[in-house]
This record gives sequence, C-alpha cells and structure tokens, in this order.
Amino acid sequence: MLLAAILVLGIGTYTMRLGGVMLRERLTLSPALQRLLPMAAAALLCALAGTATLMAGSSFAGLSRPAGVAVGALLAWRKAPFVVVVVAAAAVAALLRLAGVN
Amino acid sequence: MRTIQRTQAFDRAQVRDAVAIAAAMVAVGASFGAIAIAYGLPTWVPFAMSTIVFAGGAQFLAVGLLAAGNPIAAVFAGLLLNARHIPFGLAIGGAMGAGWRRLIGSHVMTDEVVAFTLAEDDPARRRRTYWLMGITLFTSWNIGTALGVLLGSAVGDYEALGLDAAFPAALIALILPSLRDRATRVVALTGTAVAVVATPFLPAGLPVLCALLGLLTLIRFGRRS
Repeated sequence: MLLAAILVLGIGTYTMRLGGVMLRERLTLSPALQRLLPMAAAALLCALAGTATLMAGSSFAGLSRPAGVAVGALLAWRKAPFVVVVVAAAAVAALLRLAGVN
Repeated sequence: MRTIQRTQAFDRAQVRDAVAIAAAMVAVGASFGAIAIAYGLPTWVPFAMSTIVFAGGAQFLAVGLLAAGNPIAAVFAGLLLNARHIPFGLAIGGAMGAGWRRLIGSHVMTDEVVAFTLAEDDPARRRRTYWLMGITLFTSWNIGTALGVLLGSAVGDYEALGLDAAFPAALIALILPSLRDRATRVVALTGTAVAVVATPFLPAGLPVLCALLGLLTLIRFGRRS
C-alpha cells in the first residue's frame, strides 16, 4: 500500500510535469498567450515565496522567518549576489531563533 | 552558432549559485530523510519518494499522511500541491530540449529550476541552466535524503539553520528581474496577496494556484493600453 501510494503520487506528479511541456508543444500559442505564460509562472513562484515566508500551515509563521526573507529580498533588490541573498536570509532567521525570537 | 554554444561553458556565477542552492537542498533533504525514519516508516520509503516523486513540499506533506496510515490522503494532497507544475511546464516548455531530453528533463522540474530557467532569456543559456539546476538539485536532494536516513535526528532541524527563510529568499531573488515589468509585477503581487489570504481556508496547494487569479488584473491593463 505504501509503495502503491508513492508510485501513484510519483506518476501523477510526472504526468503533470510532462503534461504542461507537451501541451506547450501541441498548441500554437498566440503572442498574447506567450506573454501571459511567464507572467503566470512568476505569479505562482511569487505566491509560493509569499506563502512560504508568511505562513506555517494555516497560521502566521512568526517573526524570524519573514525577517530573514525580508533581509534576503532587500539584498536581492540591491543586486547582491545570489549566494549572499540565500546565506543572509538563513543567517538572520537562525540568529533570531538563537536569540529566542520566533 | 552551434560551435559558439558548445564551447561556452557554464559561467562561474551560475555554478556558484547552483552550489549554494544545492547545499541548502542537502540540508533540507536530510531533514526529510530523518523525519521519515522518525515516523517509523521503512528505510526504503524516503529513498523511493526522493527519486520517484522528487518534490520537496509534497514529500513532507505526504510522508506525514503515510505515517498516519492515510495513503489516499497522501496521494491527493501531494498531487494537489504539485498541480502547479502544469502551468510551469506550459511556461518554460521545451527549455530542457526535445525528444528523450524532454521525457527525462520533465522529471527534475521543480520551483527552483523553473525560477532559474525563467531568469534566462537566451534559449541556449536556458537549456544549460535547466539541466545544470535540474541535475544538481536532484542529486543534492537525494544525497540529503540518504544522510538524513543514516544520521537520523543527528542532522538537526533545518529551521534552526534558518533554511526555511533561505528558499523563499532564493525564489524572490530569481523572480525579481521579471517583476521590473509593471504588468508582471501587478499580476504577481495581486496573486501573492490572494494566495496568502486564502492559505488559512484552503487545503495546501490550492492557495498558490489561486495566485493565477492575479492574471485578471490584465483585463484592466489590456483595456487601457
């Protein structure tokens, strides 16, 4: 039963991954749609970042995580290298937790 | 053109970015492996999930439900969370190449890979980026899983390392350039607001899909221009 569940989840996920790619090939996309799709992806990624930053399950994530992400986002906006953004975000969140701020 | 593409190696910055995100993936993968074992699941379960499913968020969600003896809920929750890969595939399309490349490449499609790929404009660079990130992340995630299974609770909590803040920050850094376009910014920020507000009320996965409602703001833009 465990293996069946993992297989179904894996095959289903793969089908969705490949499905979008195949659909893209089959369709002749109008210029308007070609402009729309990257926007849709940006909206999904932004929402993923937003919900992962602010929410833990169905409640507020607390302070340390949003603070870390905010520092990272600020550095990214100031065109800091990607590595600096990632390390700074993690370091701020970790240090705040070490200091007892959740 | 061919020769130019072929002689161009990955630039150093790209490899550095890949190493940074891979290090974080190893640590989070280790947490996943350790949690699966702590739940009392057989050793093969985390390995099977990290290779066959290969989707971090869905794996954390599903492993808890599997451990609770609820495999059907695990499948449904995982699939709902992964439904965003359909629009991702539509958006990046053949970035991984055609034919068999597409069949294998699709399996390593994750949020981070999509974000890295979208950040590139040139088709040749896109393809290199997709494969570099896809293979790096698949490998590091599975190495992490193995470490977590081997070391158990000794790998520690990735939240203590602040890595739960690292991943959203990485995504923000990657999509920031595309947010310079005003229409994209309005769509993305509206969608994000909808998703955050919807999170307490909807099952995991749906709120993020609700971000597509942000596209409705284009109706107003379209009329104006």
